[in-house]
Amino acid sequence: MEGLWTRIALRLWVALILLFLFTPIALIFVYAFNTSNIQSWPIPGFTLKWFTSTWNDPDVRRSLALSLQVGLGATALALVLGSCAAFAIHRMTWFGREFVSLMFVLPLALPGIVTGIALNAAFSFGGISLSTLTIVVGHTTFCIVVVYNNVLARLRRTQGSLIEAAMDLGANGFQVLRDITLPLISTAVVAGAMLAFALSFDEVIVTTFTAGAQNTLPLWIFGAIRLGQRLPEVNVVVSFVILVTIIPVVIAARLTGGGGTARVPAAR
Amino acid sequence: MTEAEPKKAALKLQGVRKNYGQVVAVAGIDLVVNEGEFFTLLGPSGSGKTTLLRLIAGFERPDAGRIELGGRDITSVPPHLRDTNTVFQDYALFPHMSVAENIGYGLKVKGVPRSARQKRVERALAMVRLTALGNRRPNQLSGGQRQRVALARAVVNEPEVLLLDEPLGALDLKLRQEMQIELKQIQQEVGITFVYVTHDQEEALTMSDRMAVMANGQIEQVGSPVEVYERPATEFVAGFIGISNVLLRDGVRFVVRPEKIRMLAEGEVPEPGMTVEPGQVEDVVYVGMTTRYIVRLDRGEQLVAVRQNMDAVGDAHKFQGRPVRLAWTANHTFVLDDGR
Repeated sequence: MEGLWTRIALRLWVALILLFLFTPIALIFVYAFNTSNIQSWPIPGFTLKWFTSTWNDPDVRRSLALSLQVGLGATALALVLGSCAAFAIHRMTWFGREFVSLMFVLPLALPGIVTGIALNAAFSFGGISLSTLTIVVGHTTFCIVVVYNNVLARLRRTQGSLIEAAMDLGANGFQVLRDITLPLISTAVVAGAMLAFALSFDEVIVTTFTAGAQNTLPLWIFGAIRLGQRLPEVNVVVSFVILVTIIPVVIAARLTGGGGTARVPAAR
Repeated sequence: MTEAEPKKAALKLQGVRKNYGQVVAVAGIDLVVNEGEFFTLLGPSGSGKTTLLRLIAGFERPDAGRIELGGRDITSVPPHLRDTNTVFQDYALFPHMSVAENIGYGLKVKGVPRSARQKRVERALAMVRLTALGNRRPNQLSGGQRQRVALARAVVNEPEVLLLDEPLGALDLKLRQEMQIELKQIQQEVGITFVYVTHDQEEALTMSDRMAVMANGQIEQVGSPVEVYERPATEFVAGFIGISNVLLRDGVRFVVRPEKIRMLAEGEVPEPGMTVEPGQVEDVVYVGMTTRYIVRLDRGEQLVAVRQNMDAVGDAHKFQGRPVRLAWTANHTFVLDDGR
C-alpha cells in the first residue's frame, strides 16, 4: 500500500499528463464558439454563427461528402478483405504464417508518406488517374489492418471445439459459418469497421498523394490553415472530425473490451 | 464373451491407424462395441484414446482401416453426416445461444419442426434436471450444469453412438462421483450406446459394461470391469488399474491384488493352501477408509497390502518397521501373459 503523499503525487501527475494531452483539443472546441475571428484568450463571447457559415460553405460540404464516401468505401473493402485474410491466416498451419501475417499488418506501421508515394507511383505507372477510387484504395491499405487484427484476435480467442461441436451436431460448412462463426466474431467485425472508418476519416498524408483535385475534410482543413483563411470554420470542422473519429473508437473499445470477453467463457 | 446371447454391433473398428508425422497415435485397432453398451476407453494421456474417439466422430481421418457404424462404412463420411454425437471435454457450448437453443441446435440443422423440437428439448432438459434454466446463457451456469447441458445437447439427437471425451474431467471429486452415477442412469434410460473416454480407473470400473485399456495407441485388454481388474492380461493393465503387486516365482510372473493379501498375526496359522512369505513393514499409509501397508519381502520385492480400517483408531502405525508374514491363496493370483 503506497503512502498518502505518493497517491496524491501520482494523481497530480496523471492530471498533468491529461491536461497536456487534451488542452489543445479543448481549445479548438472553445474557439469554434468564438465570436471574434481572431484566436485570442480569453475569447470575447460565445456564438454559433461559425457553425451556420461552415454548414453553408459549399467547399466544406463537398469535402464532407467525399470524406464520407471514401470512409464508407474503404471500410467496406477493408471489411471483406480483412475478414477473409483473418480467416485464412487463422486456418493456416503453414510455417510461413507469421510472415504473411506481418505483411498484412505492415501498411499500418509504414510511414504514411511511404505508402502515399508508393501508391502515387503505382497509379501513374498503371496510367490510372487520381480520383475518389484511388483515395479509397489508398485508405483500404491501412483500414484492412484494423479489421484483420480485430477479427483474427477474436478467432484466436474463440474455442476451436465450438466449430467441431457444430459439425458434430450436423451443421454443414455454411451452417457453421452462419450460426456459430459469424455471430461469435460479429462484434469484432463491427469494431474493426468502426476503427477503419475513424482512421480513414482523419487521414491526411496518404490522401494527399492519392487524391487528385478533390479535397477530403482533413485536406480542406490543411489547405485552409496554410492559406490562413476561414480559421473559425476550421475550428468547427476540426471539432466535428474529432467527434466523428472518437465516437467509433469508443464504441469499438466497448465491443471488444468488457462486452466482448463476456461472450467467450473461459475454457476451464 | 460376457454373455451368451449374441449382440448387434453398433460400432466396428478394423485395423484403424492414425499417425501424426512420426508419432503413432493409434496403431491399428480392432474393436467391436455392442448396441446399448456403456463402453469405456481407458488409458493414460498419450495412449491414443482421444484420437480414437475423434476418428469415430469424424474429426480425424484414419490413415488406414475401416470404421463401421450400425453396419454402414463411415470411414470417409464427414462428421456432420455421421450418426454420432460428442460430449466435449470443455463442453463447447455455444456462448451466444441460450441453454435451450444449444440443446435444440442439432435438431434445428436437421430440419426438425419447431414444435417437435421444443418438446424434445424440454424432455432433454428434464432428463438432466435443468428444466428451469432453458433461457440462461452458458456463462451463467456452474461447471456441473454446463456439463449436463453438453450431455443433453448430444443425447437429444438420439445418435447411434454417443461419444464422451473425459466429460467429468473438469468437475470436482464429489460432483464427479454424483455425475458418474447419473450418467450411467441416463445411459440405461435412453439405451444409447456410449463410448466413454477417461484416464480415471475408478470411473471406468464404476460405469462401464465393458472397457478397453489402451497404451501406446494399442488396446491392451478388452473386457468387463471385473475381468479387467481381476484378470489383467498384461502387467501394464495390472499396474494401471489399481495397485499391482508383481512377483516372479519359479519362472512365473504373477499379480496379487493388495486387498487379497492377508497379514498374519504373530503365531497365526495360515489356512491350508496359502502361500506365506515373510517380510518387514516399511511404511503404513492411512487413506481414510483403508490403510496401506508397504511391505518389503525378505526375497526383495515390495508388496502393498490393504486392510479396511475396522479396528480402533491409530493402531495401524504400531506395525511400522515390524516383521510380518504375508499370505495369499493361489486362486487370488493371476499369471501375466505378457508374451515374455
